[in-house]
Amino acid sequence: MGTTDDGSGRSRTATSGQVSGAPEAVGAAGADGAAGADGAQAVPVASEAAGAGGTAADGTAADGTAAAGSGSGAGQPRARINHMPNAGTPQAEAISAGRREMLSDARRNQIKSLAERGVKRPRIGADAVCEALLRQGVELFFGYPGGVVLPLYDVLGDYPELRHILVRHEQGGAHAAEGYARATGKVGVCLGTSGPGATNLVTGIGDAMLDSVPIVAITGNVVGSLLGKDAFQEIDITGITLPCTKHNYLVRDANDIPRVFAEAFHIARTGRPGPVHIDLTKDALMGACSAQTPETVDLPGFKPNFDGHPRQIKLAAQEIARAQRPLILAGHGVLIAEATEELREFAEKAQIPVAHTLLGVSAMDETNPLSVGFMGMHGWKHVNKTIQSADLLIALGMRFDDRVTGHVPTFAPYARIIHVDIDPAEIGKNVAVEIPIVGDVKRVLEALIPLVQRVEPETRAAYFAEIAGWREESEKMPWHGSGAWRDGQLSADYVVSHIAEATNHDATMVADVGQNQMWTARYGGFRRPNSHVSSGGLGTMGYGLPAAMGAAVGRPDKETWAIVGDGGLQMTVQELMTLVQEHIPLRIALLNNHKLGMVRQWQELVYAGNYHSSHLLGPDWLKLAEAYGVAGFRASTPEEVDSAIAAARAVDGPALIEFIIAQEQNVFPMMPAGKGLSDLLEEQFEEPNR
Amino acid sequence: MSPAGNNPGPNPADPAHAADRTLSAPAHTAPPARALPGSGLARRHVLVAVVLNKPGVLNRVASLMRARNFNIETLAVSHTDQPEVSRMTITLRGDDVAVEQAAKQLYRLIDVLKVQDVTSDPTVEHEIALVKVRADDRNRGEVLTLADMYKAKVVDLAAESLIVEATGTEAEVDALIALLRGFGIKELVRSGTVVMSRGAGSIEEAVKR
Repeated sequence: MGTTDDGSGRSRTATSGQVSGAPEAVGAAGADGAAGADGAQAVPVASEAAGAGGTAADGTAADGTAAAGSGSGAGQPRARINHMPNAGTPQAEAISAGRREMLSDARRNQIKSLAERGVKRPRIGADAVCEALLRQGVELFFGYPGGVVLPLYDVLGDYPELRHILVRHEQGGAHAAEGYARATGKVGVCLGTSGPGATNLVTGIGDAMLDSVPIVAITGNVVGSLLGKDAFQEIDITGITLPCTKHNYLVRDANDIPRVFAEAFHIARTGRPGPVHIDLTKDALMGACSAQTPETVDLPGFKPNFDGHPRQIKLAAQEIARAQRPLILAGHGVLIAEATEELREFAEKAQIPVAHTLLGVSAMDETNPLSVGFMGMHGWKHVNKTIQSADLLIALGMRFDDRVTGHVPTFAPYARIIHVDIDPAEIGKNVAVEIPIVGDVKRVLEALIPLVQRVEPETRAAYFAEIAGWREESEKMPWHGSGAWRDGQLSADYVVSHIAEATNHDATMVADVGQNQMWTARYGGFRRPNSHVSSGGLGTMGYGLPAAMGAAVGRPDKETWAIVGDGGLQMTVQELMTLVQEHIPLRIALLNNHKLGMVRQWQELVYAGNYHSSHLLGPDWLKLAEAYGVAGFRASTPEEVDSAIAAARAVDGPALIEFIIAQEQNVFPMMPAGKGLSDLLEEQFEEPNR
Repeated sequence: MSPAGNNPGPNPADPAHAADRTLSAPAHTAPPARALPGSGLARRHVLVAVVLNKPGVLNRVASLMRARNFNIETLAVSHTDQPEVSRMTITLRGDDVAVEQAAKQLYRLIDVLKVQDVTSDPTVEHEIALVKVRADDRNRGEVLTLADMYKAKVVDLAAESLIVEATGTEAEVDALIALLRGFGIKELVRSGTVVMSRGAGSIEEAVKR
C-alpha cells in the first residue's frame, strides 16, 4: 500500500488540547492485519491509502464516507475526525495526497539539515535516526546509552529539539514510552544498547504488545561483520522480540534507516497499535547516509480495514432492536479509536448500560447513569450479574480475556454476542460470537448509531431497576470501600477514592499490578478518557512508576499519580532518580501493606493460607525518598490522608506518599481461576484486619 | 464445515446460524454451554500463504504457529514467479475454527500477503519422497513392481539398496512407504505437500504488484 510517511502521532483525547509544542498531525486507529481470512480481497496495492490518519484539517473529508455520514448527530460539531476511509476510495486518495503535500511543504522543511544546523560533518545513520524521529513528531524519548549506540549519542546534541530522557534502567524506559503513548495517543519511543540493554527492554515491549500500545523500541547491535560471532554484548535481539512485537527490523545499512523508521511508525500506530522494534548495527549508525525519507510507505501485507461490513452492522442493529437485556462491554479499543463520544451517544440513544474492561476504564464517564462499572475477575458483582443475565452483549474493542470471561462455557449463557474489533484475529478467538464486525470502533459506531432505534429509558425500567438493585446490594457489601477506615484502619479504597476526589477526577492515575491495580480500577471514579493507565495483558509488576513518569512528561497539563504497591515499586524504584533529574512532577501513592498483596490473597483463598514469600520487607520509604531527593510524606490513618495528598500536590517536583494500609485487605469479589462469573468469592464479613 | 455433532459452537463467520440462544428474557432452565472455539473435531487442513521474500519470514511464520499452539505437520517453502514473493504450503491439524484462527494470525504478520485455506477446494496436491530401501538380488524385483504400481521411479540402484522416488498426495506416498517398510527402509525424506488450486484462479496473481 502506499501511504504518506508522516509525522503524525495520535492524540486519543478528543476533548483536551494538545500539550506538546510540536505541531501535531493527528492519525487514525485503523484496522491492521487484513480483511480476515473470510473476507480477504485483493486490494489494488498501488492505490491503497493507509490509515496513518488525517489532520484536523482533512478530517472533515474523512467523515464524508457513506458509512460514517449521518452517524454522529448532525449539527454536533466534532473536535477532530481522524479516521481514514477505507483504502482505495477517492476520499482516501484525496487525504493521502493532501498529507503528502502538507508533509513536503511544512513538516519536511521544519527539519533542518546538518548544514542548516551549522554542523560540518557528513550525515551518518545516527543523523538519519534523529531526523526520522523528528519527522514522526517525536518530541522526546527515553533511553540509556551504551557501547554500540554511542554514535547516536554523539550526534544527539546537534538535535536540541529532540529531548532525551535518561532513565535508570531500560525496562523503565520501555514502560515510560508506554505510559507516554497511553496518555498522549502518540507513539512512544525508547532506546537501549545491544545485549543487556536490549533484553532489558523486552518486558516493556511485551507489555505493549498485549495492551496494543504504540511504541517504537530502538536498540543498537554490534557491527554487522561481528553479527553471529558472539561478540561482546551481542544477542539475537530481533529473534527475541519477534514473537512480542507487531513487527521488527534488523538494519545493517545506514541508507535503510529512513525507510525503516517510516514503516515502523506507520505500523506501530495504524490499525490495532502495537510495539515495533528496530535493531541498528553500529556500522549502520556510523555509516554515511544519503537516503531520504521515502514519500510513501510500501507495505503490501499491511492492509488496514476501517469500516465494518454494512450487512453486519445492519444485523447488529436488528439484534439490538430485539434485545430485552442488552449490555455494552467497552474495551481499550474504544479509547484507542477515540470513540468515547460515540459510545456515549450510542448507549444513550439505545439506552444500553455500559460495562468496561480493565483497559476500558475511563472509556465512559463513570458518573453517567448508564455506566455500570468494571467487569471481570475483580469487577463489581452487579456488573458480572448483568453480564450473566444479559440477552445481548455488544463487545466494543475488547478481546474476551480470560480475566473477563472466566470459564467460557458458563460465560453469559443467555446472551448472543456482537463483537466489534479492528483485529480480525480477535473475532472468535476466545469466545464464539454471533455477529462479528471487523472495523474501527469509532467508524462502526458512527454507522450503527443511525440504524438503532431511539429507546426511552422507561422502556427498560424493569431492567434498570434490577441492575440498580444489584448495584445497591453490591455496594453495600463490606468489600466496598467503606469497611476498614471506619475503625481507624487505613484501607486502600479509601486512599484511592480520596486521591480521585482531591484531583477532581481529572488526574491521570497509573496503577502498578496487583491489588493496587484492582483498587484503582474499582475506586478511581474515572471521568476523563485515558485518565487511567494500567498494565492489563502482561500484568507487569514494576510498570507503575515508569509508566506514570512517561504519562507525566507526555501530559504536563494534567496531574499524574502513580498508584503502586510496595512490591511493584521495589522492582523499578530506580526511576525516582529520573524523576528528580528531569524534574517530573509525578505524585506517587505507595499503598504499603508490607505484602505482595495479591499473592497473599491467592495464598489465603486458594492455597489454604500457605503464605510463602508473600511477606516482604521494604526500605524506610521516607528515607529512601529523601536519599533520592523526592519529597516524602506518610499517612497511616484516614485522618492523615487528605492532608498528605494536599501536601504532595503542593510540591514543585516529584513527591511520594507512603500510605500504611491494612496488611490483609483483600480485593473482593474475586472470581477464582477456572470458575465463571457466577462463582464469585465474597468476603465472609469480619471486622477489618489489624 | 466441521462434522455434525462434533463442533456444537456457532460458526462465528455465519451470522445466520445460532438459533441456539434465545432472545427472550432468561428462562430458568439451564442454558446451553457456550462453545470453546477450537474444541471441534480436528482434521487435516492445507493452507497456502503468499509471503514477501524477506529474511526471517520463515522464522516469523514458524514462531507464530508455535507460539499460538498450532501444530504444523508439513511446511514447504519456495520461490514463485515473482522474485519478491515466496509461497508456503502448510498442512496442520485442527478444527475449522482453530485453523481459521491460524490463518487470521498469519495475516497479522506484516510480511504475509495472502492466506488461503484450500482444504475444501479442488486442488492438485503433491509431495515427493525419496525412500532408500534395502533390496538385493532376491527381492529387488518385488520392490520394482511395487514402485511401478505406485508410478514411482527408481533413481538409484546399488547392490544392497535402491532409492525410490515417489510422488503423489500425502496419502498415496504414505501407502507406498507402508508397503516398502516390509523390505526395510534405510533412509526416508519427504518434501512436504505442495498444492495448487485447479482452474484459472491464482492466489499469486491476487497479490501481483
